[in-house]
Amino acid sequence: MSRRELVAGATAAVALTTLPGQAQAENAGTDRPVTAKVNLTINGERRELDLDTRTSLLDAAREHLHLTGSKKGCDHGQCGACTMIVDGRRINSCLTLAVMHQGSEITTIEGLGQPDALHPMQAAFIKHDGYQCGYCTPGQICSGVAVLAEIKAGIPSHVTADLNAPLEVTPAEIRERMSGNICRCGAYSNIVEAMTEVAGRPA
Amino acid sequence: MKSFTYERPTTPAEAAAAVARNPQAKFIAGGTNLLDLMKLQIETPAHLVDVNGLGLDTVEPTPEGGLRVGALVRNTDLAAEPRIRKDYGVLSRALLAGASGQLRNKATTAGNLLQRTRCPYFYDTAQACNKRRPGSGCSALDGVSRSLAVIGASEACIATYPGDMAVAMRVLDATVETVDAAGGTRRIPMADFHRLPGDRPEVDTTLKQGELITAVTLPKPVAGTHIYRKVRDRASYAYALVSVAAILGKDGSGHVAFGGVAPKPWRIEAAEADLPKGAKAVTAAVFAGAKPTEDNAFKLKLAERTLAAALTQARA
Repeated sequence: MSRRELVAGATAAVALTTLPGQAQAENAGTDRPVTAKVNLTINGERRELDLDTRTSLLDAAREHLHLTGSKKGCDHGQCGACTMIVDGRRINSCLTLAVMHQGSEITTIEGLGQPDALHPMQAAFIKHDGYQCGYCTPGQICSGVAVLAEIKAGIPSHVTADLNAPLEVTPAEIRERMSGNICRCGAYSNIVEAMTEVAGRPA
Repeated sequence: MKSFTYERPTTPAEAAAAVARNPQAKFIAGGTNLLDLMKLQIETPAHLVDVNGLGLDTVEPTPEGGLRVGALVRNTDLAAEPRIRKDYGVLSRALLAGASGQLRNKATTAGNLLQRTRCPYFYDTAQACNKRRPGSGCSALDGVSRSLAVIGASEACIATYPGDMAVAMRVLDATVETVDAAGGTRRIPMADFHRLPGDRPEVDTTLKQGELITAVTLPKPVAGTHIYRKVRDRASYAYALVSVAAILGKDGSGHVAFGGVAPKPWRIEAAEADLPKGAKAVTAAVFAGAKPTEDNAFKLKLAERTLAAALTQARA
């Protein structure tokens, strides 16, 4: 069975057992799906879904809303390919449940920019070759946008020398803050250059 | 992942009651550890009680001159909180040394305390593990134990407590506040919160089923240089091999706790009087009775050297 067929099968199973309203108790602790109605606000659009309670935010976006920009790398919060910006904060969308995000404002790479209207970070990644195969790139870009916002908001990092002094966007700060985004192709130094440019400092 | 039902109560009492009445229920806050373990079927709760609607997300001054940190304050926010940065630097530093930016944005104060071990045999469901499956044995005893405990372990389990934040809270003499389904509250000193494995390694903490952490209180600030030194296999986003949380004066006097070496944050207060004499005397007492394996005996020397580095930093 191909991956696509498996996904289609799993989706069909959820559809068959969909129950309105609250998650149903009698199926719990087994392999039988428990479903719930979930309202997600994703890239400014309100979407209503009937989802298995197990559905991660990542799977809700990719498999149910067909927003396939966010990628599944490790599915355990170790690689960062699934990074989304939720209520202004970057998170690993594979390590959170869709049902926990009723009312959250969710931004994926599709919501940051589109080919005809790129986000400055997307444009900078292209200019500086901040990727090779591109698989980690949507997560890198979402993370990169949020990192600059975190520095602007005064949130310190492990490499911040003085916890009580104003923060600066330095290559060391960028590298430390981006450590949750792995790039197997090794585009790291170009990613630092792209982020540095967007931060408004000479690359 | 096994299926589960889900609810999101709005008061701590409701949340505590929901977990107390169902032995298969668990609280979920950030979810960054629990969901990871559920995907591997190491955790298989039949019911999840989402505590993110309870509030409990502020940092408030206490009448004693300390701070009360809500259970749901995110790691990012606690590390960045101005009063924590200024007066409890060791806590800020410990938080920032842990995990990644994405995880710190989700992870909560209470959830971080409750994170489970990262012992590779706990994670590998094909291996024997008394913590994961009581009575099944411990594959780590004859396995690869480089990352595991050198002290406080037992014949049943040599896993370490993996976190950084709790090590800083241990040196700060923090207290965990809880509420149960009957409305009863408890204040648990950090020293008594995590338990040693003994013959029941499946029980990580002294919490009861349905007992909900509401806050962690910090006593009034302790003067001195606040230091968190973490030694790990890579510069960022890795668990500690050894970590040192210390508050030290210019003469080296002060307090110290160690992470990465034991099933709980490891601190021996009686050894702290020797801090001005240097690291060797202190670590000899702190690690008296240690039973390292061939793979992890290096941690004893590493702990001494990491403390020595902290003392050098404090004296500078």
